[in-house]
Amino acid sequence: MKAAAFRYERVTTIDDACRLLAADEDAKCLAGGQSLVPMLSMRLARPSTLVDLGSLDQLRYIRASGDSVEVGAMTTQRTAERSPTIRNYIPLLATAIGHIGHVGIRNRGTVGGSAAHADASAEIPSALTALDAVLVAVGPSGVRREIPAAEFFCGFMTNALAPGEVLTAVRIPGREVLDRQAVVEFARRSGDFAICGIFVAARLESGTIADPRIVVSGVSRTPVRLPAAEGALTAEVPTPALFAKAAQLPLPVEHVRSDVHGSAAFRRELAQVLIRRALAGAFAITEDS
Amino acid sequence: MNEQSVDVDLTVNGMSYRAAVPPRWTLADFLRRTCGLTGTHLGCEHGVCGACTVLVDGASARSCCLLAAQVNGCEVITVEGIGTPEALHPLQESFHRNLGLQCGFCTPGMLMTAVELLADESADLSEDLVRERMSGNLCRCTGYQAIVRSVIEAAAGSGPES
Repeated sequence: MKAAAFRYERVTTIDDACRLLAADEDAKCLAGGQSLVPMLSMRLARPSTLVDLGSLDQLRYIRASGDSVEVGAMTTQRTAERSPTIRNYIPLLATAIGHIGHVGIRNRGTVGGSAAHADASAEIPSALTALDAVLVAVGPSGVRREIPAAEFFCGFMTNALAPGEVLTAVRIPGREVLDRQAVVEFARRSGDFAICGIFVAARLESGTIADPRIVVSGVSRTPVRLPAAEGALTAEVPTPALFAKAAQLPLPVEHVRSDVHGSAAFRRELAQVLIRRALAGAFAITEDS
Repeated sequence: MNEQSVDVDLTVNGMSYRAAVPPRWTLADFLRRTCGLTGTHLGCEHGVCGACTVLVDGASARSCCLLAAQVNGCEVITVEGIGTPEALHPLQESFHRNLGLQCGFCTPGMLMTAVELLADESADLSEDLVRERMSGNLCRCTGYQAIVRSVIEAAAGSGPES
């Protein structure tokens, strides 16, 4: 199907984008288009105006500083996936991005676009949640706001940007590399949105688990962080029995998704199985059957 | 109805094309309607089948998932640009030889994805890697085995001398 008509504006400054968004509540940003253009074609989205951010080269960067890595919002997923900085300092993000769709999608899709789209079945929102990312927004007149991931992904396909704000970067804090990491997703076809996905990252300190993060995608309206499971893993020696114990803790959400792809019960069970597999993968320990 | 027009200026297979089109035209629409290059096929128009795959500035992209306006100024290669009936691309030769197509609808997308794959990692292409990298291109006819064989053989440069 063909998209419904819309006005198109290609901006050359962030401020122009902010002003266009602030002036029209039905205006939407166009980043890579890999989520938005298919939605336009299916007429699931009918914005009045598209604000194309494609000329904003100042939003294409990856910068490491002493205690964080910052990724410009218009950085393509393929660039981020292959970036030595991201692979070395925040490997979970590179792993997660590698699971997005197919190469053709990652060549054009952007880190910021996927974050702003806030799809709970997508990889970038869940990885950013696991990594305690801060999302940087700029509003009209250059006013800057930093939004923690847990607040940013605030509802079904809903982000916490205010009218007139543009997401300009994501910043991942951390001095110590969470090098024990894995992403395990379940989908019926390669590249489909995950019915359930698990994102784990941690490090080892004297043979025990330190700073573990576990996030579940695809089961609720937002990515779901598992603080109880994280607590169960902390300071423990990684073993399959420990992984099973963490996996069996109930999901801390009232609403688990039930749809044509699977019931809530199926998703809960999937989450348990995939958590065990992801932890086994992250710590390179073969799962007991 | 007075719909806005955007000027789109593209180089496609080395030739310049320029037109004023509605903003909602995708790159696929521009290639098929403005350029007359109907080798780029529309299977799903929402990014899951891969039949519309082309190269934009050297990297594969689903032309149904891009507005023409987004890629203004870019260089696009379509299936028409990789070989001719008189001088087939090695991938086209291999698909022909290995029966890597039946109805041919998915084939342009398969070829363009494979062009990028061969350029990326042409050394040591395992069957698993080829399957994974081609998994975004759907085929209803062949059952994929012949497609995988076609790609691997083209990568190895093997097959009878032409």
